[in-house]
Amino acid sequence: MTTRRLNSGGLIDRSKPISFWFDGKTYEGFEGDTLASALLANGVSIVGRSFKYHRPRGVWSAWVDEPNAIMNIRLNGKEQPNCLATTTYIEEGMAARSVNAFPTAKYDIKGGLDLFHRFLGAGFYYKTFIWPDWHLFEPAIRKMAGLGAVDREVLEDFQSAQNHAKCDVLVVGGGAAGLTAARAAAEAGKDVVLVDDQRVLGGSLYRCGATADIDPDEWVAAQKTAIENAGGRILTHTTAYGVYDHGLVALVQSQGFGRAPALWRMRAGQVIMATGALDRPITFAKNDLPGTMSLNAAGEYLARYGVMAANKPLVMRNNSHASATIENLRAAGSKVEEIDHVDGITNQGRKHTTGLRIGKDQIDADGVLVSGGLTPLVHLWRHAGGKLDWCETRQAFVPKPATDAMIAIGAANGTYDLAQAIEEAEAAGKGTPIDRPSTTYTTTLIDTKPHSKGRQWIDFQHDVTLKDIEVAARENYVSVEHLKRYTTLGMAFDQGKTSNMAGLTAMAALRGKPIPQVGTTTFRPPFVPVPLEIYHGAKTKQLWSPVKRLPLEDKHRDLDAAFCEYGGWLRPGWYGSGDRDATIQKEAKAARDTAGIFDGSTLGKIEVMGPDAEAFLNFVYYNTIKSLKPGGIRYGFMLTEGGIVYDDGVVTRVDQNRFIVSCSSSHVDGVRTHLEAWRQDGNDPDRIFVHDQTTAWATVTVTGPKARDVLSSLDTTIDLAPDAFPHMTFREGTMGAIPLRIARVSFSGDLSYEVSVPTGHAETLWNAITAAGKEQGVSPIGLEAMSILRAEKGFIIIGKDTDGETMPHDLGFTIPRAKKKAAFIGDRSLHTEKANADDRKVLVGLSVPDGEPPLATGAHAFTETPTRRSLGYVTSSYQSPNVGPIALAIIEAPHAKVGDTIKIWHKEEVREVTICDPCRFDSEGGRLHA
Amino acid sequence: MQIFTCPFCGPRDEREFHFIAEAGKTRPDTLNQISDEDWAAYLHSHRNEKGHVREIWMHTTCGELFLLERDSVTMEVLGSTALREAGQ
Amino acid sequence: MKRYSAWQLFREGLRGGKGWGMAWRTPKPKKQYDVVIIGAGGHGLSTAYYLAKNHGITDIAVIEKGWLGGGNTGRNTTAIRSNYFYPESAQLYDLSVRLYEGLSKDLNYNVMFSQRGMMVLAHSEPEMEMAARQYNAMRLNGIDAEFLDAKEVRKRAPILNYRDDARYPIHGAVNQPRGGTGRHDAVAWGYARAADALGVDIIQNCEVTDFLMEGGRCVGVNTAFGEIRSGMVAATVAGHSSVIAGMAGFKLPIHSYALQAFVSEPYKPVLDTVVLSPAVGTYISQSDKGGLVFGGALDRVPSYGQRGNMPVQEAVIGGLLEFMPALSKVKLLRHWGGIVDVTPDSSPIIGPSGVDGLYLNCGWGTGGFKAIPAGGYLLAHRMATGQHHEISRPFDLDRFTTGRLIDESAASGIAH
Repeated sequence: MTTRRLNSGGLIDRSKPISFWFDGKTYEGFEGDTLASALLANGVSIVGRSFKYHRPRGVWSAWVDEPNAIMNIRLNGKEQPNCLATTTYIEEGMAARSVNAFPTAKYDIKGGLDLFHRFLGAGFYYKTFIWPDWHLFEPAIRKMAGLGAVDREVLEDFQSAQNHAKCDVLVVGGGAAGLTAARAAAEAGKDVVLVDDQRVLGGSLYRCGATADIDPDEWVAAQKTAIENAGGRILTHTTAYGVYDHGLVALVQSQGFGRAPALWRMRAGQVIMATGALDRPITFAKNDLPGTMSLNAAGEYLARYGVMAANKPLVMRNNSHASATIENLRAAGSKVEEIDHVDGITNQGRKHTTGLRIGKDQIDADGVLVSGGLTPLVHLWRHAGGKLDWCETRQAFVPKPATDAMIAIGAANGTYDLAQAIEEAEAAGKGTPIDRPSTTYTTTLIDTKPHSKGRQWIDFQHDVTLKDIEVAARENYVSVEHLKRYTTLGMAFDQGKTSNMAGLTAMAALRGKPIPQVGTTTFRPPFVPVPLEIYHGAKTKQLWSPVKRLPLEDKHRDLDAAFCEYGGWLRPGWYGSGDRDATIQKEAKAARDTAGIFDGSTLGKIEVMGPDAEAFLNFVYYNTIKSLKPGGIRYGFMLTEGGIVYDDGVVTRVDQNRFIVSCSSSHVDGVRTHLEAWRQDGNDPDRIFVHDQTTAWATVTVTGPKARDVLSSLDTTIDLAPDAFPHMTFREGTMGAIPLRIARVSFSGDLSYEVSVPTGHAETLWNAITAAGKEQGVSPIGLEAMSILRAEKGFIIIGKDTDGETMPHDLGFTIPRAKKKAAFIGDRSLHTEKANADDRKVLVGLSVPDGEPPLATGAHAFTETPTRRSLGYVTSSYQSPNVGPIALAIIEAPHAKVGDTIKIWHKEEVREVTICDPCRFDSEGGRLHA
Repeated sequence: MQIFTCPFCGPRDEREFHFIAEAGKTRPDTLNQISDEDWAAYLHSHRNEKGHVREIWMHTTCGELFLLERDSVTMEVLGSTALREAGQ
Repeated sequence: MKRYSAWQLFREGLRGGKGWGMAWRTPKPKKQYDVVIIGAGGHGLSTAYYLAKNHGITDIAVIEKGWLGGGNTGRNTTAIRSNYFYPESAQLYDLSVRLYEGLSKDLNYNVMFSQRGMMVLAHSEPEMEMAARQYNAMRLNGIDAEFLDAKEVRKRAPILNYRDDARYPIHGAVNQPRGGTGRHDAVAWGYARAADALGVDIIQNCEVTDFLMEGGRCVGVNTAFGEIRSGMVAATVAGHSSVIAGMAGFKLPIHSYALQAFVSEPYKPVLDTVVLSPAVGTYISQSDKGGLVFGGALDRVPSYGQRGNMPVQEAVIGGLLEFMPALSKVKLLRHWGGIVDVTPDSSPIIGPSGVDGLYLNCGWGTGGFKAIPAGGYLLAHRMATGQHHEISRPFDLDRFTTGRLIDESAASGIAH
């Protein structure tokens, strides 16, 4: 193994050696090396294995188009799967392992698979494993799948910085054209951002510049200074990977190996694409042998890393652009011999090329460098919806003329000549773009010869050969997308950057059609694979869909509350650290025996005001609101236009033109939107106002026989006497200097007061009520106990005891449907065939035989006649300390008559229960009105 | 991420907006007889055009509805108008 | 049609595949067919196949604007399942699963239906109650199902986030063992090849520009290749159904939305089942090639923009990493969008369109792939016999008038 590192040249720092590992062996490179350049410098030829046949693979390219050199890399105890060796800069102690190879890329035990390649060609899977059954074969195939391995340990440190930015001009690509355009635009006063995916700016300039009498180092430094002096920003090691709607460009910025990269959402007034061009492979027999490399890559390795890819290479090229690189290689001492591509040319060697055979002639070499013509990188152009033209001279798709928002320059635009590219870039940067200059570039199409001998690779990673394309064509998978999907051509990591044009060329030759008639491939983001972690910014863990928190949370924590998430709110489920179920039972019993104190702050409090508020709410509610008197409260439903119960709650008429809509805790946003939408549709929005006050008022509910006693000891201006303040009424007053609202409504079925104060006074209220409660032996209760209390009364929770089919008459509220005189939302839908059907699911209670435990929530009622089917399901079920096991259910009406028995299914277990009234506690309502 | 312009608040992230309905739909007078078919058409039928669309959107942060005209293929925004000006 | 067999494969291997015939022809359209089907996606091709196979109607043209299987059939995340709540849905989708189970043999084309199970996660006790409601419904619907606790979920999908401080801790799951994934392209290709063999003409790169109407009846289509007359026309064009309806002068209860899908680079197997988290709004599986295939909710903005966008990417991927943080270093290889046709109840429309002679198979929303065999089977039945199959009857367009919607999300909490 000889070193291929030259003594001078390149952008590496020879004073900083770095040791790293590859497939268990240690090597040395320099600061600034990529893994690929360092391995090449060390004479390592085989860096991986192909996906399908496990063929040995060498480095093909010098940057993102690499299909072969893919590695799992471990650094500081963390493993990164599927890293491209060509874009990973080495760091001390890095341990790289080739993927899809065992034990090493050089000696891979699955290498023998290649012997069966004849039988594993395109479409192989579709034609076989049909008998006896795919499942028999799949596990073995699955084991062979994949390249790198994912570290299964839960990772902690993957929060990516999320940057939002904008600029007048975003220049993508920091080569000669990009730098020029960025400088010109910045000097013209534009706010410019230049991004380049390499660490070092300059693009292909190091490879091509010297021959054009430009000193790349000096020139790049001068442009960079000029850009920055003019206020431009430069982001290196940053890849523009996608262009999305409305000019949003997604950038991923490396933060060093192993660290989560930063995501930039860049909104640019104009995008200048100076993304360059890639060199194509040439299709010939055994062109996948290690040592066969893109000529441009060899030029890059020389110019950037001081590595000579081959000392005595054969070069095959079809274009004028290759000359500069050949010159540079020769100048650096490489004994380059040029060979014409002829039919029947074959690579020689088993694990590394030993030269080429043409007919009977064997020409020895230590490398084969190919240049099949330039392909402009138009991915981002296509993401942004830009169109392409086929250019016969360049034998390539080039961008159509620019729009205001987007312009391509330099090699990305087919302008390969350096001087021309700089001129074009200068004009674009100044905002006076010129037409694409006529090119001096010449190329001859290397015709792919169908049916010629040998295995000729089109897609190196996926092992797609010319034969596969022939098979696809023969079987009429001729659409480009069919070809791609049938053969997997272009679906590897490089997403066809290497293979697409070769594939198109082959299909064109097979069909006897020009390339543009065969089609273009799709360019889908991302331009290069990006780690999922970049989408994981600050909104992680508890901040991913954050819960809403109560103003009294600290008070509940003082009482050792068990917090649970209910409808997006973090609320006390119960209090104390004792046994969950026993505690809940205790709380539910205490609330009935004496009273309970309950934090009801989450209940919606949307104020609806204005001269048309009454008519509006009368339209919004199923129930009649018009007849509600000031100070009065009414329970009602809001329906969707489809007649489905959307929300329930009480509406309070504060005065003639002022209402408070109290909606379900989890529904506030939805109800507000619902109200707003209808307010502005068909109403005079100047006469109705909707104001969500939910978080402006904190509410503490006292419920139970002793509720009045507890509240009486508070220093308020409100008369609580039953006659002065009956059930379903509302009073305003003060507690000291604090404004106070009390609604006498009940979700528990007992005497209940919902006491509200402005949120800033929540603690004062809580302290006052709990202190008063203490004297009466009354304690706070959690939501679980409240759920039991309301279920005892048959009070529903929307979305739990109703579903997306429930209409108000299913819940026993039939009068407005039959009699309401005014129009209301959903009215007409209550009279469709389905709404009138007699087998609708209706709300019932279920009673289990004495001594049996409660039913499971989610159990179904069912029948066996004529065949087994569900009749509905248990929506709520509890053990009640006050009335025993209780359950609510919605069940098809013909099977839901009170007194009927019905069979209940839960996890294969069948029980028999009796239909009963949903209300199991105080059905006379005496306690409500106490 | 698209940028829509609320006529009241200016250009904002698409996530602040809520699609309400296609523009130009009026609620039938449900106090009069309306056939199942006509009601179903009001409830469920949409033009769902490919290309230029006129839609009612809500800017959820300010709560205002407005008329948004845009291209449903290219995503180009062609204009936003407050409902009063649009005479909706 | 040359049948694929081990012997054939061996022989063709030896002679470089020179004997493989065309999977389907590229015929010139005739002037007249018994049936014209617009859209050569999975549903269009399966409709043609079952018309020919089950009903002996072989004089059929399937007309495709682009390349066959290029719409949502080739863009979805390939999940197949019938874990539905309402009996109507369960019957429909289970017919599909049953047809899928025999499809490779039926079509003589390996569609790689891999029944690796489909787990729907529950992240809290209330969600466990909903899971029980779903599980019991499935069992009563005659669908295979397992109710799994957290321990069992962990055994099957160890890569999920089982930490206590997870935003969405895992409490359990409902699994459908017969659920799984299939190879989407193969489904289109297999149906195309089999239909072609039965005499169906598949006309690609041919856009339908208009309907031929005579006396209020649809009697054919105008196309890029000229007029094609037919006794019956079926539109199976998914997200573009409203466009087709507009051509015929009526409106549909459909909004079109982009639905995005994502695939990662291939990795060694880490996930052997399909996992859906309704709370997070993300689902994921790993293909036999090793790519992690995932997706989530619809776009917020109705559109025909057949591409991805960042807000949904963030929601889907951010959510995914909450319950599978080990995938944080996994790299996204490609993402794309398809246009799905969403009805008010997210259930499909199968049957007459209201215009004489024109039939619909649309409205599958985000779940059309899994229904390809059933959609074609049932539409073919309706067109050939003039009567709904009992399974497709509830999915007639008339349900929007009768109010008999079949809204799965209403009861199950499972996204389509």
